[in-house]
Amino acid sequence: MYEELKAIVGEEFVSKEPEELYIYSSDPGTMPPVKPDYVVMPKTTEEVQKIVLLANKHKVPVVPMGGALSLSGLVRPLRGGIVVDMKRMDRIIEVNEKARYAVIEAGVSEGRLKAYLDKKYPSLRISTPDAPPIATVTANALIHGSGRLSQIYGFHSEMITGMEVVLPTGEICRVGSCSVSPYWFSRSPLPDLAGLFIGWFGRTGIVTKLGIKLFPKHRYRDVMIFVTENPSYVSDVIWRVAHTEMAEDITVWAQPRPEWAEGFQHTTIYVTADSEEELEFKKKIIRNALMDYIKQKEGGFLYLTPGMKAMFLQEPMSQLVRFADVRRGGGFEYVGAILPVDLFDVAYQKGLEIVERLGIDWAFSIRIIGRSHCMMFAYAYPFNRADEEDVERARKALHETNKAVLEMGGIPWKAEAPAQQLILESMDEGAKRLIKSVIEMLDPNGVMNPGNWEVK
Amino acid sequence: MLEKVNYAEIVHRCFRCGYCKFPSDYSEINCPSYAKYRFETYFSGGRMWLIRAWMNNEIEWSEHLGEIMYSCSTCRNCVEHCVFKFNEQLVDVFIAARSDMVERGLVPKKVGEFFNNLAKFGNPWGYAAKRLEWVGRDYANNEFLLHAGCVAAYDDRAKKSLKALLELLDVAGVDYGVFSDEICEGNEAVIMGEFGLFEQLMEQNRKRFEERGVKKVLTPDPHAFNAFRNYYGLDVVHHTQLLWNLVNDGELKVGKVEGKLTYHDPCFLGRWNGVYKEPRKLLSRIGSFYEMPRNRKDSFCCGGGSGNFYTDYLGGKDSPARMRVKEAAETAEILVTSCPVCLMMLDNAVSDEGLELDVRDISEVVLEALKS
Repeated sequence: MYEELKAIVGEEFVSKEPEELYIYSSDPGTMPPVKPDYVVMPKTTEEVQKIVLLANKHKVPVVPMGGALSLSGLVRPLRGGIVVDMKRMDRIIEVNEKARYAVIEAGVSEGRLKAYLDKKYPSLRISTPDAPPIATVTANALIHGSGRLSQIYGFHSEMITGMEVVLPTGEICRVGSCSVSPYWFSRSPLPDLAGLFIGWFGRTGIVTKLGIKLFPKHRYRDVMIFVTENPSYVSDVIWRVAHTEMAEDITVWAQPRPEWAEGFQHTTIYVTADSEEELEFKKKIIRNALMDYIKQKEGGFLYLTPGMKAMFLQEPMSQLVRFADVRRGGGFEYVGAILPVDLFDVAYQKGLEIVERLGIDWAFSIRIIGRSHCMMFAYAYPFNRADEEDVERARKALHETNKAVLEMGGIPWKAEAPAQQLILESMDEGAKRLIKSVIEMLDPNGVMNPGNWEVK
Repeated sequence: MLEKVNYAEIVHRCFRCGYCKFPSDYSEINCPSYAKYRFETYFSGGRMWLIRAWMNNEIEWSEHLGEIMYSCSTCRNCVEHCVFKFNEQLVDVFIAARSDMVERGLVPKKVGEFFNNLAKFGNPWGYAAKRLEWVGRDYANNEFLLHAGCVAAYDDRAKKSLKALLELLDVAGVDYGVFSDEICEGNEAVIMGEFGLFEQLMEQNRKRFEERGVKKVLTPDPHAFNAFRNYYGLDVVHHTQLLWNLVNDGELKVGKVEGKLTYHDPCFLGRWNGVYKEPRKLLSRIGSFYEMPRNRKDSFCCGGGSGNFYTDYLGGKDSPARMRVKEAAETAEILVTSCPVCLMMLDNAVSDEGLELDVRDISEVVLEALKS
């Protein structure tokens, strides 16, 4: 099989060496490593197709990989096989400035697309997630990622306008407007086949090209932080700010360190505009929306130094990754709970109860998605990867948090394999049968990333 | 600086987030070995995790592991862009791990050849000694000892640039001499983890310097500049610095050169030692200067550092040098650098790519400006 893979992608882009198998067996999270048999790096859709056909011939699993930064071990090859690192497929194929979309190959990183737009299309932007810039736009959208424009436009999966997919049986197909037209402008008004590939963690095919919405980039950006000391106020604070329709992005963070931050909830509000007057107007409207809290001395805006502002305005915020060094051990993982915003207080209290009981370091980081339609509530736990007991403590906290999230009516995002099983336990029987049927229909040989969304 | 970092306390702290792959604006892959190989093993995060795995006996040493370790050109892009507090120690970790491998006799074949030649002949290729005899100007209590470095002493293209520098020094009346039997200063030896060989070379050089009364060193080689400045603790000047002073003080009366100029920052001059301004001031004075998108701390390495100009782990059609000259060709007509290693790597890459791009050392363009 090694020889056949070499014939497809070239000798320099396939490996079965222990070093590559070691690195591709895990991501930076807590999930235990699982080694692949081969790692390949295709350059074209046709090469991906040949790899998938080969996998079918040998009945060997295939696992597509982007930036490998889900932290929940999603690109570990749970049944071995071939890990397909997509990052050599890194062409930005088209930017349609007027229709505001880009067509990219699956390996294009968030950082590269952002830099490309900044340079060539300065009036356009993507919704940048706060993942490191090597995270791929395609994988982030396919796992229902969210980012700096999600408060207005929703999950990144909702920003997909079309895709090219290599199906588990090796056929290439297009979904969205590009299946009919040369333009990748929309998934409507066709049957929405994109849903067959979003949120499936590569279980139903390998997306090789993606159409993604772009958005207006405004000249001025600013950030405001509203601080409360009572988590029961936060869902109302969010509701009020979202209601103004003046905020581009709303996040909330709470953490015990540094000391000045302990016990407070920080609602971070990003405002953009095309003039200073517009910016000041928007900020004024937001301040007015929260005036009741200020008058009652239940909340107030934090003074931000220029250095702090610069940090919060950075896209992506590199500061977030530094959380991995809290225990000087290079690790953190989080449960990203997708929850209704009005459950903020319940979710917050439950999180505190878990971290206090387990005695674990923590940070909560929440992004509002849609006009407070829901939120991604990240319960983040750092660990020292050189200390197995510390890793196990984080694993336990993550598992307990996953269970708690489901109990309170939420759903863990980008769930690792054990958490997927927890979700399936709670899932409607009809939905489970449908998941099983879709997988069996699309992937008769069971080669595509098996072990994920396994309905037993 | 020669103290070996205790990497066991650091390697597990790498999150493998990948910020170190990029320049400041994330526009391109800026880690030369990752840009060529694209496997996650070939960037700093991958190396950190592999060192830890090797340390913990999760993987064994292999020729392949050795090649991964030595394909790092130690360009320090990762040091500039890593977001963690241990960023300054990243390259030191790789050097220390290489050193431990060397101590156990674990080096890839080509690296072993490099060390053997350096030990036996004082240069990586095993060429004959008396490498600067042709200069005909032996050091005799001059103001500067001109140390050419291995590549300028032996590589034909780099030798040509050295001749241009000598001509400029003569015109300006700079008092210098060379050791006709110059030997390697050992920068690559220490960076490649052969601390013992480096100590030996440093001792030999120090002894010669003391015996012959050398007080100040001038070098066109940023690798040598780095070793003399940071490990020997000598008073050393890079030729870009001296040339700028000579031009600025009117000792060299320069005109203008034709054609658009751009500048490639050598890693051992820029990111290692912070020399960015002088070459730019020079080029702006003598011609139309344009920056490549990746410059200064974001410069993209030619792939020659850390012995890769000899081992060629970063060679081939996807080599960083070939990527770099394509970027230069989109910016200017003349690609200027100030390092014999970069000059050799980039000049070869232009030939391989068949580009209409002139690659020159800064001495050569200053000399042209002098004659114009």
